Amino acid sequence: MTLLSDQDLQALGLTLRLATTVTALLLLLGTPLAWWLAHTHSRWRRPVAAVVALPLVLPPTVLGFYLLMLLGPDGAVGRLIAALGLSALPFTFKGLMVASMLYSLPFVVQPLNNAFEAIGNRPMEVASCLGAGPLDRFLTVALPLALPGILTATVLGFAHTVGEFGVVLMIGGNIPGQTRVLSMRIYDHVQAGEYHQANVLSLCLLVVSFTALLAMSLLRTRRYPRD
Amino acid sequence: MTEALHGLDARLSWRRGDLALDIDIALPPRGITALFGPSGAGKTSCLRAIAGLERAEGRVSFGHQMWQDSASRVFVPPHRRKLGYVFQEASLFSHHTVEGNLDYGYRRAGRPAHLDREGLIDRFGVRPLLKRRVSGLSGGERQRVSMARALLSDPALLLFDEPLSALDGTARSDLLGCLEDLHATLQVPMIYVSHNVDEVSRLADHLVLMEAGHVVAQGPLQATLTRLDLPPALGEAVGAVIEGEVVGYDAHDQLIGLAFAGGHLWLPYRHEVVGQTLRCRIGARDVVLTHAPQEGSSALNQIPCRIVAMADADHPSQCLVQLDAGGCTLLARITRRSWHALGLEPGGEVWAQVKAVALGP
Repeated sequence: MTLLSDQDLQALGLTLRLATTVTALLLLLGTPLAWWLAHTHSRWRRPVAAVVALPLVLPPTVLGFYLLMLLGPDGAVGRLIAALGLSALPFTFKGLMVASMLYSLPFVVQPLNNAFEAIGNRPMEVASCLGAGPLDRFLTVALPLALPGILTATVLGFAHTVGEFGVVLMIGGNIPGQTRVLSMRIYDHVQAGEYHQANVLSLCLLVVSFTALLAMSLLRTRRYPRD
Repeated sequence: MTEALHGLDARLSWRRGDLALDIDIALPPRGITALFGPSGAGKTSCLRAIAGLERAEGRVSFGHQMWQDSASRVFVPPHRRKLGYVFQEASLFSHHTVEGNLDYGYRRAGRPAHLDREGLIDRFGVRPLLKRRVSGLSGGERQRVSMARALLSDPALLLFDEPLSALDGTARSDLLGCLEDLHATLQVPMIYVSHNVDEVSRLADHLVLMEAGHVVAQGPLQATLTRLDLPPALGEAVGAVIEGEVVGYDAHDQLIGLAFAGGHLWLPYRHEVVGQTLRCRIGARDVVLTHAPQEGSSALNQIPCRIVAMADADHPSQCLVQLDAGGCTLLARITRRSWHALGLEPGGEVWAQVKAVALGP
């Protein structure tokens, strides 16, 4: 293997593992959250929506810094975790996962929320009048109709997790096999003047991103042919 | 009256925007009830509240089931009410084919053996569409699928919300014919929301008149539409609906003869066949009163009647005259001047002149 060193491959594998886990977890947690945002009349809707959207405008380093403070041995969450007898999160894969989930949250929740809002209440009312209970109509009507939004959420969540740097720098560090993801590796290469290696890795990211977007677009047209 | 106990009984009050709704409806357990009234009267809201799609305070019972009782916090969600709801826009599931749409409720009802799935598909003429995606369907086709879908869910109560209002001429009259056929074989009650008096006259057995969120009158169709105390907003709707049998067809003049309890009427031929029952609406504005049968009049129909009562119409120059023709109630809107000039009074005998043209499409 001349193009990618073992360390590069390790970083690539780690990145894909991180992005897959984070995206899967975000879809699982983000779907109910997006559904709630799309349907609630609660006065908490706007504050919650703003918090979800925060990572869109917040510099990743700021987010990473506060997470470091919060999760660190002196932080509120860090103490709680220690009190529960769990290992500390900063500079671990799990910590990176938590941070990435927060960072990528809006990229998953917002497309889902838009999709659910676009569906509106009517299809759910129809399903209800046809004898479908709440879970039944969510699974058989809301989710299938929201599929384009779910695809967008998946691709955006995945891509943003793959590409993050600032948050990783703050909370993950640069531990091989633990937190040294692709973007860190590229940065290392550039710092060391290894432009060729940096280029190969960057190209990998470019290809992955392009393929994901193309696949999404193709899937959508196959499922929803234009009339 | 024991039968009526098993129909729908709804006493609800709620607000929707600026409109305060307060309804008290008791419906018979069979036949079609039209919920009729001007736009903005709250008809759709009313239907949604009965279905449980819109929250209102009060009680709703259907047959022996209590669907809602705010006092004892009973609320049966719509999916447990066995409804067949047809929305104004067909609202088909775009992620299913036509067949997928039809089977959505049918499967959930457990594919009941007493439902004739194939028969319903043919009756609504959707068999050629089964494999199609819904995005390519016309408005009329969509509404057919929507109605068949509702009927296939094995409903105990059908709720139709202006299903024809978004359709154009041909599609509308085709589907109206379809609904007339359905009416004859319908096993479950239906509430049919409409602001179109022709649809109502052709389909309904029972009528609930709504205005500004309130029920202003309810009862059997014929009796209710010929009441003299209906609010002015329903002015155009008042008139008789008579039911009779087609007894003759004059192919040369393209007229059909209709025999009803009060006599005989000529009306323009559409596609009726001799022997069938037919409903015909005689608008109050289309009736002229005379003392004696006329010769040399272009009005083809002359019906002997007895004056039952007279009441003020919405315009001070006019009055409404309620007439009895062999047990059928007719209504005539005439000027006060004519009322006095002819010396009419309750109990008097008159002839109602009706142009056949006014009875046509």
